[in-house]
Amino acid sequence: MIALVAALGAVAVITGLLVFTVDSMARATFLLLASFVAVAVVLIGFGLGYLGTVVILMMTIEMMIMVVFMVMLMMNPAGLMPMTMVHNRRGSWAIALVAFGLLTAGVWLVPFPVRASAASRGVTSGPAVGPDPTVALGDALMGGQMLTMMTLGLALLATIVGAVAVAVSRR
Amino acid sequence: MTELVLRIALTVAAALVATGLYGALSQQSIVMIMMGLELVVNGLILGAGAFWWAGGQPVAASVLIVVLLTVMAVEMALGFAVALALYRARQVDLTDDAGELAG
Repeated sequence: MIALVAALGAVAVITGLLVFTVDSMARATFLLLASFVAVAVVLIGFGLGYLGTVVILMMTIEMMIMVVFMVMLMMNPAGLMPMTMVHNRRGSWAIALVAFGLLTAGVWLVPFPVRASAASRGVTSGPAVGPDPTVALGDALMGGQMLTMMTLGLALLATIVGAVAVAVSRR
Repeated sequence: MTELVLRIALTVAAALVATGLYGALSQQSIVMIMMGLELVVNGLILGAGAFWWAGGQPVAASVLIVVLLTVMAVEMALGFAVALALYRARQVDLTDDAGELAG
């Protein structure tokens, strides 16, 4: 599991960094997709097969839409003329590195509680085998987490209305 | 072992968040800024998944991933709507050209 997380994590981070260094925006889009797929495969490895698959499907479609928008609007979608479109690169790097340092320090310094059940059963890797996570998620969304589900539905509806209202021509 | 995997996964998540932060802050193109924000949410998804795996499969963690996926869809839809409205108004696709509200 360590090898899976480390290898795919490295892939996700490297492709994520390349997103902002390649000239071609279309290439950047597919690198972002690769980063998402790497994270989704880690999720599937964790046992979240349903959510990992949802991430892969959703991101594939989303990146296709992004490519369409780039070809439609952007001045240099194919990266044929090398150009950098960044501002305040040094300040951005500084903020990003400080954020990474703080988060990583938190990750490695905070003592995470070791689950007693796994330790007592001698399980050294992986969580306890519980009910099917997809069933549990569906039960929660249609039961105890119904308020979350309703809020998400309302937010999506508001997004549809708002996006159309913003994007529609006023002439 | 479980704890080590959790820490590695969270470190990767932190790296993704920081990379996305750099992109969102430094890029001029609106679509590239949206890519940076997506990368931040990508890191959050990985973090939630790692906590789900290491923390005894709490259903709240998978609900959090559903919320994050919705956040991503909303961000994408409204981002494109704003980009389209801005382009329609004045053929602009860079944030530096849309600074009327800058102080």
